[in-house]
Amino acid sequence: MSKNIIEVKHLSKSFDISSKEQGLKGTLKHFFRRQTKSLKVIKDINFEIKEGEIVGFLGANGAGKTTILKMLCGLIYPSEGSIIVSGSLPFRRKENFLKNITLIMGQKQQLIWDLPPIESFYLNASIYDLDKFEAKRRIKKLSDMLEIDDELFIPVRKLSLGQRMKSELLAALIHEPNILFLDEPTLGLDINAQRNLRKFLKKYNKETNATICLTSHYMKDITSLCQRVICVQNGSISYDGKLDLLLKRLSPVKEILIVCHSEKDATKLEESGFSIKNKTKNEITIKIENNLFTSALKTILNNFDIKDLYINEPPVDEIIGKILIKKDYDI
Amino acid sequence: MISNSINRKIITLLKVQYSNMLEYRVEIGLWAISGIIPFFMLNIWTNNNLNESINISDVMLSRYFLCAFFVRQFSVVWVVFSFEEDSLMGKVSPYLIQPLNPFIRYFAQHIAEQITRFPFALIIAFFFFIFNPESIWIPNLGILLLSIISTFLSFIIQFLIQSIVACLCFWTEKASSIERLLFIPTLFLSGLLAPVASFPEYVKSWIYLTPFPYLIDFPANLLSGNQTSVFGGFSMQILWIFLLFPVFRKIWSAGTKKYTAMGS
Repeated sequence: MSKNIIEVKHLSKSFDISSKEQGLKGTLKHFFRRQTKSLKVIKDINFEIKEGEIVGFLGANGAGKTTILKMLCGLIYPSEGSIIVSGSLPFRRKENFLKNITLIMGQKQQLIWDLPPIESFYLNASIYDLDKFEAKRRIKKLSDMLEIDDELFIPVRKLSLGQRMKSELLAALIHEPNILFLDEPTLGLDINAQRNLRKFLKKYNKETNATICLTSHYMKDITSLCQRVICVQNGSISYDGKLDLLLKRLSPVKEILIVCHSEKDATKLEESGFSIKNKTKNEITIKIENNLFTSALKTILNNFDIKDLYINEPPVDEIIGKILIKKDYDI
Repeated sequence: MISNSINRKIITLLKVQYSNMLEYRVEIGLWAISGIIPFFMLNIWTNNNLNESINISDVMLSRYFLCAFFVRQFSVVWVVFSFEEDSLMGKVSPYLIQPLNPFIRYFAQHIAEQITRFPFALIIAFFFFIFNPESIWIPNLGILLLSIISTFLSFIIQFLIQSIVACLCFWTEKASSIERLLFIPTLFLSGLLAPVASFPEYVKSWIYLTPFPYLIDFPANLLSGNQTSVFGGFSMQILWIFLLFPVFRKIWSAGTKKYTAMGS
């Protein structure tokens, strides 16, 4: 049984936001009497994450996912509540804690722009107290895993986004952290680069048993990496559990496309009491609730003479999109 | 063990930052040339015989301004602008979660830049001596060493002042505007435009209580061989470092609690 590596209790975060009315009058008013209000962006959340888990944080833009990650890695100070990560209070940013974690933000780079990535790697290695031989060994190992080689010696400014992202990952993982905080790591990458990055993260998790907390708007990142998801809505957690269960809950029906031998057969099926989505000539699409699926399928196969049958699962993007589009979606 | 690790970090930082600075060698050459304000000031002083009013010879005055140029070259600080930009662009965030204070990075950047500037400063000094051959002198080794130390202390004072101002980025996005306010007393009271000795007595008495005359006037006087209190100058430099460092620590600690990781 793995132990908890992250424990969050009654965590809240408020930011002071200044607001300005439109127009010259608003500008002058803003200049002489600035009005600020406190906005609670994270509201009393609780969760635990076990060692080696890969957890995806889902939510619309501005829901509070990134703020949670920033508090978990110690970048910003919580307003209320407590966070314990790897036995430490993140915000104290003690050396031992910092050596255990890493934060990767898509499109935000720590590599030195005008130098080849290899220079940044050795710099990071010395910051994390690795000697030259150990640094060389880890660079070799990670560059093999990430499939980068010649790119290590080309100035960062001349690398493609995908190559840069791989180099960023290498720089962020050179100290072999146990906990990875990834904020939109595949942002802007092409499909192949996204797939390679996911493959790498899976491998890294398998080989090192590292815990990974991930936010992404690419559902493929979530479905291929995370068994567990935490849905964040308006700063609160609306769901924390297995991804499969969430999908079932959000999409309680399956669709079956049935190809009949004739239009007459299709009409017969239409009149048999199933919920019909659409019908064209000898093709008919019916919707069946998940819990009735097996019995309904038996009925169709036993009572109707059908030519072909296709079961359609609604796309994950569409299901998760319901959470992202409608901020107050009831999960 | 700990100091070995810190030394290794600093040496690697310096090597990497030096490589980075060499990518900008042309720009650094231009920056070095842009620091020739003291030579313009020298011209104004000598053409108007202003040096007579403070009992300093033409030769000593030209040596003073050459030394002021050198001190300025090796103590110029821009950390507030770097930190402000990094802060606004969200680049500070990855630095904050590394076991190294980001200001050590900026410190290494400055040192690397000073090393890159060195040959350009020598070339400018060479041309200065061609046009002012009477000013050529060779300071003794002890004086040279003390001047290097006082220039380095001057750099640390300026670095600390600007770092304190830079930390205000945690509260206001445009901390560099506060630095611009500080630039005015730095320009007038540091000895860059005129030796502090040229100020009226009652003004001098309070100028010497501020950190400004120890930024350029003191190291430049020391190197050029003008009369100055070596013990008093060093004491004040060290005192200001001891006063400013805890202020920096305090404001850094308070600022990071206020940090919102904007832009990242």
